[in-house]
Amino acid sequence: MALLSLFRFMRACCLAGLVGLAVFIAGAAPALAAFVLPPLPYPAEALAPSIDATTMTIHHDRHHGAYVANLNARIADHPELEQLSLEDLQGRISRYPAAVRNNGGGHYNHSLFWRVMAPPGQGGTPSPQLQAAITAAFDSPEALQQRFAQAAADRFGSGWAWLIRRPDGSLAITSTANQDNPLMDLPGIERGVPLLGLDVWEHAYYLDYQNRRPDYIAAWWSLVNWNEVNRRFAEGLDASGASKS
Amino acid sequence: MAHQLPELPYGLDALEPHISRQTLEFHHGKHHAAYVTNLNKLIEGGDLEAKSLEEVILAVAGDATKAGVFNNAAQVWNHSFYWQCIKPGGGGAPSGALADKIAADFGSFEAFSEQFKTAGATQFGSGWAWLVLDGGTLKITKTANADLPLAHGQKALLTMDVWEHAYYLDYQNRRPDYMTTYLDKLVNWDFVAANLAAA
Repeated sequence: MALLSLFRFMRACCLAGLVGLAVFIAGAAPALAAFVLPPLPYPAEALAPSIDATTMTIHHDRHHGAYVANLNARIADHPELEQLSLEDLQGRISRYPAAVRNNGGGHYNHSLFWRVMAPPGQGGTPSPQLQAAITAAFDSPEALQQRFAQAAADRFGSGWAWLIRRPDGSLAITSTANQDNPLMDLPGIERGVPLLGLDVWEHAYYLDYQNRRPDYIAAWWSLVNWNEVNRRFAEGLDASGASKS
Repeated sequence: MAHQLPELPYGLDALEPHISRQTLEFHHGKHHAAYVTNLNKLIEGGDLEAKSLEEVILAVAGDATKAGVFNNAAQVWNHSFYWQCIKPGGGGAPSGALADKIAADFGSFEAFSEQFKTAGATQFGSGWAWLVLDGGTLKITKTANADLPLAHGQKALLTMDVWEHAYYLDYQNRRPDYMTTYLDKLVNWDFVAANLAAA
């Protein structure tokens, strides 16, 4: 009994110390951990050969990591960002300067991108409900793929192609420049909940495909994580999987 | 007369190790070549076919219905200009009238360099950083995607391509390293000085 009590006492002290340390760190530098780079949901090499490990590592650690760091660096000027979810930020992005738009969009878009991909053979298939919506909007899954690929190929410069659910529940394909996305309250953007997003910045594919963006788009389709698309479609919620502290 | 892909003014290996042969093979042989091919297809048989490249650009600039022509024509122009802005053994500081003009308009060459690199670093997404002559004054600008000084009434003197395809095989995400190398090792100041003298 005495040993057990001593153990409990020590564990309590230890936990209290950890909590105290965490409070101290958070209090000392609240901005540093406001937005967090989510880990890849699979190993960096899991999407090969369509996307190799080097591309995934640089893309996630360096590019996405920089968007998170640069977004957090804006909190000093916009302290209310700490109270906003990443999703809510997108819907009021017009109130903010370009640095918040670009880095906030970059953080949201990449957080979604990792989750709407899965290792080959693990992405499942569209649910019956999603299939019905695809048929209603595009006539067939093949037409969806063809139109999505066209949107991705036609995006001149850097940007994204999207499958969205419009406010009326119907599906649509759209595309945005740079790190904008369909949640943003900006002119020229067709708004809706992103179900599927494809990064066509050259950094997403240049080490693997160089100038051959259409080859990247075609290979990428086999990586789509339909389980995640189904979930996003069914929930009607915007859950990118990205988190704050 | 269809628009032609100009030859590089140096060998594919000539800019090593700062810009690799592989990068030039894709950048010139694929990207630049595709803009030429696409432009020729888009204007074939139309009113624009007989016009010079500059005339095509000015004719369609600002016309959203001609964005495809503008993007390809401007990218043909931008890349032909870019190849001449760099050379083996380039970089460093300019001399003569160009150096005097830079000192007069920017305060110092160092101030110019910092502003030029800032323009390149802050061109979010794809685009270009420029040294231009605008109403007799040197200025630094940046443009998105295919946009260029000609469409804004400015005379281009120097450009740096900051599309990721310009540097990704050699520098990946490290755009600042590419920009520093561009200024320290690659800029063809003789070309820039000739552009200023001809303005």
